[in-house]
Amino acid sequence: MRRDGWCAAGMRRDGWWPRAALVAFVLTLSGCRGGERQAPGPLARPERFGFGRAAAPAEIAAWDIDVMPDGTGLPPGRGTAAEGVTIFAARCTACHGATGREGPFDKLVGREPREGFPFGQDPRLLSERTIGNYWPYATTLFDYIRRAMPFDAPGSLRPDEIYAVVAYLLYRNEIVPEDAVLDAQSLPRVVMPARDRFVRDNRRGAEIR
Amino acid sequence: MSDERLLSPNHESPARPTLTRRAVLAGAAGAMGAAALRRAGLAQTPAQSTPAGKPAPPAEAMPPDPTRVQGRVPSELGQRSPHEQPRRRVNRAAPSGESETPLQDLEGIITPSDLHYERHHGGVPEIDPRSYSLLIHGMVERPTVFTLQDLKRFPARSQIYFLECSGNGFRGYRSIKPEWTPQQLDGLTSTSDWGGVPLSTLFKEVGIKSGASWFLAEAIDAAGYARSIPLAKGWDDAMIAFRQNGEAIRPEQGYPARLLLPGWEGSASVKWIRRIEVSDRPFMTREETSKYTDPLADCSARLFSFEMDTKSLITFPAYPIVLPERGWWEITGIAWSGRGKITRVDVSTDGGQSWQPAELQEPVLPICHTRFRYLWNWRGDATLLMSRASDETGYIQPTLAQVRDARGAGTFYHHNNIRAWRVEPDGRVFFGLEPLA
Repeated sequence: MRRDGWCAAGMRRDGWWPRAALVAFVLTLSGCRGGERQAPGPLARPERFGFGRAAAPAEIAAWDIDVMPDGTGLPPGRGTAAEGVTIFAARCTACHGATGREGPFDKLVGREPREGFPFGQDPRLLSERTIGNYWPYATTLFDYIRRAMPFDAPGSLRPDEIYAVVAYLLYRNEIVPEDAVLDAQSLPRVVMPARDRFVRDNRRGAEIR
Repeated sequence: MSDERLLSPNHESPARPTLTRRAVLAGAAGAMGAAALRRAGLAQTPAQSTPAGKPAPPAEAMPPDPTRVQGRVPSELGQRSPHEQPRRRVNRAAPSGESETPLQDLEGIITPSDLHYERHHGGVPEIDPRSYSLLIHGMVERPTVFTLQDLKRFPARSQIYFLECSGNGFRGYRSIKPEWTPQQLDGLTSTSDWGGVPLSTLFKEVGIKSGASWFLAEAIDAAGYARSIPLAKGWDDAMIAFRQNGEAIRPEQGYPARLLLPGWEGSASVKWIRRIEVSDRPFMTREETSKYTDPLADCSARLFSFEMDTKSLITFPAYPIVLPERGWWEITGIAWSGRGKITRVDVSTDGGQSWQPAELQEPVLPICHTRFRYLWNWRGDATLLMSRASDETGYIQPTLAQVRDARGAGTFYHHNNIRAWRVEPDGRVFFGLEPLA
């Protein structure tokens, strides 16, 4: 009995829903035309909702701090390694050591191993990755220092100071000469030793890669 | 911040004093896995104290017969039983530190929000939701600022996804310490019901210009944390999430709003997101070049290795559990894949010589922790317990030797090799990698 009752209810639903869908469809069409009696459903979703407000150029500029490998985003200013020595000593050595190698945080300076890029082969090299042997783009240094360093006062260095610290670190890593002047034109031209070592992800599932 | 600190097996955060073995066992019911220990019949008496919690009440404070007195009245905010003290394990108490989910204390697939793992780069920022806004600009028709109220007004969506740090499992790849718990091995993965607005909705709102292919996602934290994401992921299943397990997202997980990229390494799902800049190329930030790239055996390094490979972990029995007697025990754990559904988990109770399919507990959801169970009759002999997961792409979780062969012994991130638990004849269980031979 109960089983028959369920079947009957199911049949009634089967008969009823197509009619309801048709009515809803007609209502939707008429709603679009009349503009008042719009029925709910996928057809009712607008192309845009219009929420939010237009961003003003000045507020975009205030937040848009990123720097790209071609130099897009680099601000005016300039700096040299000689100027960077003082800033590094005052603002960076507590975390990175007197020569940028002593820690306690990331080692910044060092070119070894100079050949082969064997980081994937030797577990001992994990903590030996530096700007000189691993970072692929010099512009990343400016971008990262500007947004995140020094650790105790992020965002506190002026563009000239950042160019100077970058020049010092690139000089200490034997990538630019001691008297190099870094600015928005020269920094993107610096070619890092590890630039061509990076490859795009080739894992697609199924295979172990 | 530096991966080598993450690696140091002896590093203990100042907030967590070194415990003696006796203290660990005494506190085990509270701190190390009350649920698991109870299953094992090892928690007949309440813990006397816990390293992180308050001392338990003394014996004379035992409650009266609950059938003879009225209980507590309703309250505004629920609390855990004082007998249950699951805790994250703070690996490094630093702004650039992390804390791990107590996987051995959890069942099912959902991670309670206050036990979701943490990994920060500049600490947890304090953000006033009233002044919060998300800016989308760059290669868009209409650069737009959305308030939190704006974001919440769009048609919402929620789905249960796991989120995992790409460095999770590094301990099990590099070396063996028998006293590693599931929490220490793989505690940088958690599962929540994430709710928010699909990023594709916002993309339609601002109008993406033709030729765009990437976007930068940037946080409001002290690191100005920023990552380049392929635009296609934004159109596919990315969301701006502001809900976690039904309520507002926790500060540690990105309050008031974060990017969520299902199945991709957690570090790409930028928390506390304030800016999206649409571009025609990646930005090459520090966190996608110097960090979160995977050195490989062929003397290259993999960039933008977003997808999380298939993985599984037995969470019971596992260290510090001691099985009190031989006989029937249910082996259980979690399996997950960033590429879709888990289709199969095999369990070996003989060190990988033979494998049997485990039961997959419903619901089995795509890009989600999946609970597996396997009934085991332990005859009291020494053995190795292992699990091996497969996903719907046909990928089979590799052995340690297979990963080392494919990527090298020095690779870092995406450590998904098969894990093993060594059972001693006296019932003690220790972490141990599978035999390499």
